[in-house]
Amino acid sequence: MQPILEMRGITKTFPGVNALSDVNLDVRPAEIHAVVGENGAGKSTLMKVLSGVYPFGTYTGDIYFEGGERKFGKIADSEKTGIIIIHQELALVPLLSIAENIFLGHETAKHGVINWFEAITRTKDLLKKVGLNEHPNTLITNLGTGKQQLVEIAKALNKKVKLLILDEPTSSLNETDSNALLELLKGFRAQGISSILISHKLNEISKVADRITVLRDGKTVDTLDCHAEKISEDRIIKAMVGREITDRFPPREAKIGAPIFEVINWNCFHPQHAERQMIKNIDLTVRAGEVVGIAGLMGSGRTELAMSLFGRAYGQKISGDVLIHSKPADVSTIPKAMDAGLAYVTEDRKTYGLVLIDHIKHNISLANLDGVAKYSVVDDLVELAIANKYRRDLGIRCSSVFQTTVNLSGGNQQKVVLSKWLFSGPDVLILDEPTRGIDVGAKYEIYGIINSLAEAGKAVIVISSEMQELLGISDRIYVMNEGKFVAEMPAKDASQEKIMRAIMKSWDK
Amino acid sequence: MTDITQVKPDFMRFVRNNIRDYALLISLLAIMIFFQFNTHGTLFKPVNMTNLLLQNSYIVVMALGMLLVIVAGHIDLSVGSVSGFIGAVAAVLMTGTSPNPDLFTIPKFDFVTASILCLALGGAIGAVQGYFVAYYKIPAFIVTLAGMLIFKGLALAVLGGASVGPLPPTFQLLSTGFLTDIFNIQMFGAPFNLLALLIGVLITSLLIFFNFKERRSQLAHGLAEEPEAIFYGRNLLIAAALIGFSFIMGQYKGLPNVLIVMFALIALFVFITTRTTFGRRIYAMGGNEKAAKLSGVNTERLTFWIFTIMGALAALGGLIFAARLNVATPKAGAGFELEVIAACFIGGAAVTGGVGKIVGAVIGAFIIGVMNNGMSIMGIGIDWQFVIKGFVLMLAVFLDVYYKNKR
Repeated sequence: MQPILEMRGITKTFPGVNALSDVNLDVRPAEIHAVVGENGAGKSTLMKVLSGVYPFGTYTGDIYFEGGERKFGKIADSEKTGIIIIHQELALVPLLSIAENIFLGHETAKHGVINWFEAITRTKDLLKKVGLNEHPNTLITNLGTGKQQLVEIAKALNKKVKLLILDEPTSSLNETDSNALLELLKGFRAQGISSILISHKLNEISKVADRITVLRDGKTVDTLDCHAEKISEDRIIKAMVGREITDRFPPREAKIGAPIFEVINWNCFHPQHAERQMIKNIDLTVRAGEVVGIAGLMGSGRTELAMSLFGRAYGQKISGDVLIHSKPADVSTIPKAMDAGLAYVTEDRKTYGLVLIDHIKHNISLANLDGVAKYSVVDDLVELAIANKYRRDLGIRCSSVFQTTVNLSGGNQQKVVLSKWLFSGPDVLILDEPTRGIDVGAKYEIYGIINSLAEAGKAVIVISSEMQELLGISDRIYVMNEGKFVAEMPAKDASQEKIMRAIMKSWDK
Repeated sequence: MTDITQVKPDFMRFVRNNIRDYALLISLLAIMIFFQFNTHGTLFKPVNMTNLLLQNSYIVVMALGMLLVIVAGHIDLSVGSVSGFIGAVAAVLMTGTSPNPDLFTIPKFDFVTASILCLALGGAIGAVQGYFVAYYKIPAFIVTLAGMLIFKGLALAVLGGASVGPLPPTFQLLSTGFLTDIFNIQMFGAPFNLLALLIGVLITSLLIFFNFKERRSQLAHGLAEEPEAIFYGRNLLIAAALIGFSFIMGQYKGLPNVLIVMFALIALFVFITTRTTFGRRIYAMGGNEKAAKLSGVNTERLTFWIFTIMGALAALGGLIFAARLNVATPKAGAGFELEVIAACFIGGAAVTGGVGKIVGAVIGAFIIGVMNNGMSIMGIGIDWQFVIKGFVLMLAVFLDVYYKNKR
C-alpha cells in the first residue's frame, strides 16, 4: 500500500546537539501510527519538522505527503495539505466560545463580516462528529480538559484533516475521557483519516495502534507491526531504553550519614484548578552525603513537588511536614525555606534562574546579597572575589564575571545558577534537570559538582528525565508518576527497564 | 608597540558598549549649544540658568522615584495629581484656609510641621497604591490611573476650587531662597557670589577624588575597563561643566536652596541604586521577576516600598512647586507625570524594566527642561513645544530599540 506520509532521512541539528539524525517514518492511509520514545528522544522535534514549525531548509531530508514532495515553510502550509497537529498544551483561547475557537483565523466571513449563523450550524455538526454534547456558544474556560481536547479535534476536522497528529493527548485526561478519545481515533480510521499518536502510555497504544515507531536519541530504532505479531510492552520498553552506555560518570565514594531532609505526607493542588491534586501523599527522606534521584516522565509532578517544597513557589492547599536535621522546619515562604537551608535549582534557567540582562557577578550574589553587604551596602570587592571564586571552582568559561549571562552557553549558565545557590550556603539542594540542554563535557563537570556537594555532607536531590544519568549519579531513586511515588530503589539495583516498568505498572492499575 | 594594538580595539569596544550613556550626554550638550545660539546667548545667562534649574527641580526630584518604579517594571501615572494635591494640602495647612468655612475650620500649622505632614501623606498615598500593585497584582497602570483621577479631584475639593495663598515667606525660601554669601566681592563690576564657586569647586574636587579612588582600586584588581583617555577626558569634562556652572550661578544670586536639596537627593539615589542591596534587588526584579522571587527576593515588599518612596518624592515635588508659585492652584501638577516619565525614558530606562540609571533620568529631565526653556525664549508656541517634545521622546526610545535589536 502506498503510504500517505513518508519522511525520509530527516536530520535536524540545534547548536551543539543532534536532535534528529536520519529519521524515517511512514504512515499508511487509514492507520493509527504510534510514535514512542523517552523524553528527549526527538518525537516533538520530528512532529515540528512535519508540521512546518521548523520550516523547510532548517532540516535535511525529504517529506512526501499523498505522493508529492512537500516543503512546508510555516504551519499554515502543512494545515492546507491536511496535516493538523494538536499539541500537549492546548492552543485554545479560554475566554472565547467553542464556535469562535473553531473558526479562529478561518472565520465564516464575507468582506470581514462574520456569518454567525453558519458558524454555529457548522460547529454543531463538528461537535456531533466528535461526540461532544455542548452548545457552540459555551466558553472554553467552562469545559474540562477532556472536552477541550475534543474541541481541538473538531477544529482539526473543520480544516479537512487527512493526517491528525496528537502529542500526548491523554496525559491530562481521566480514564473515561481517554477511552472516548481513543474510540474517536478508531472512528476516524474507519473513515480513512490517519493519525499519529505520540504517547507514553503503552497500554493505550497496544489498544489502538496499527504500527509503532520507536525513537531513541534522535534515531529510528524500530518500527513494529502490531498486526504481524503480538507486541508486548516489554518489547517496546527494551527498544526505547536499550541504548549503549556512552555517558560517563565521575566515581564517588558515598559516605551516607543521618537524615537531613524529611518530607512527610506532602500534598499539593494545582494553582488554578483547586480540585486537581498534583502531589499525593509524598514521603521522602534524604541523608547527609546522599544523592537521591527522582525519576518520572514529563508531567509526573516532579517539578511541582520540588517547587511546592521550596517556599510554596507552586500550588495551593499545600499540606505536609518538613523536617530538616530532624527538627520541624518552616518552608512556607521562599525566604523562610532558604533560611531553613533549602536551595532549588530550577529546570528552566532562562525563565526562573537567571537575570539574563545582568552579568555573572550580580547573578551569583542575588540569592545571598547580605553575604556580600555590610549594613545593606554591597561591598563590590567582596562580591567580585566571591564571583571569581565560583568562576574558578566551577570552571565557568567567560571573558570576565562582568559578562552578561544571556551570552553564555547553556552549560555555563547552569554553572552560574549553581554558583548562586552554592553561595547561599544550603544543606539541602534540589537540582531540577541540572543537565538539560547542555553538552556532554559540561554534563560531566556538573556531575563532578554534585559529587563534591555530597562529599561535603549535603543532601542532594536530583530530578532528571534522563534515566541513565539518574542511575549514574544517585545512591537511591524514587520513581514518580501522576503525583505519587510509585517505587523506590537503591541505584545499584535499579535499571531503566525497572523504572519504566514501575511507571507503566502504576498506569495499568 | 603591542600596547597600542591592544588598547585600540578595547577603546572602540568600550565606546560601543557605553554608547548610550555618551549619546545622552552629547545630546544634552548639543541641545544646549543649539539653544545658546538660537536664543542669542540667553540660555547660559546667569539669571536664565537659575530659572531653568528652579523650573526643573520638581521634575528632577520626581524622576528619581520614577526611575525606581520604571526599573522595577511598573509605571506611576499619579505623580502629577499627587504633587498637586499635596501642594493644596500644604497651602491649606499653612494658611489655615478651610475649603468650607461654614462646616469646619482648619488650624494654622507652622511650615515645618505642615511640610512633614505633607511628606508623610505623600508616602502614605504611594504606600496604598503600592499595596494594590504589589499584593493584589493589579497593574500599576490601572492603580495609578485611578490615583491620578482621585487626587486631581481631591486637590480641587481641598482648595474649594480656588487658589490658596500666599504661603509663609520662610516656606517660600525652599524654592526662592539662595545660600547666603559669606564673602562680599565684586567681579566684572557686579557682585559675585564666591560661596557658590567655592562649593562648586569643593564638590568637583570630591567627585574627582572619589572617581580616582575607585579607578585606583579597579586598577589594583585588574578591573579597569574604561580606557585611560576616556577616564581623564570624562573627569575633565565633569570638572569644567561643574565649575563653569557654579561660576555662572555665582554671577547671579548664587546657589538656590532647592539645588542643594536636589543634589543631595541625586547623590542619595545614585548611592541607593548602585551600592545597596535594596537597589540591586530592584534591578534584579525588573530584569526577571520570577528569578528574583525564586532567589528569595521579597518582590511584593520591594514593590510596596518603591511606590511609597515615589509618593514621598511626589509630595516633595508638590511642596517645591507650591513654594515656587507662592500659591496652590487647582491646576498645579497637571501634566507633570508626562514630563517625569518622559525624562526616565529619554534617559535610557527600558519599558520592560531592569534597565535605567539615575544619572540618565536626571539628564533626561534636563534635556526636557532645556527644551522647554529654550523654545519658550525663542517664542515657539506651547502647541509646537508639545509636538517637538513628543518627537524627541519617540526618537530617543526608537534609537534605543533600534540599536538593541541591531546588536
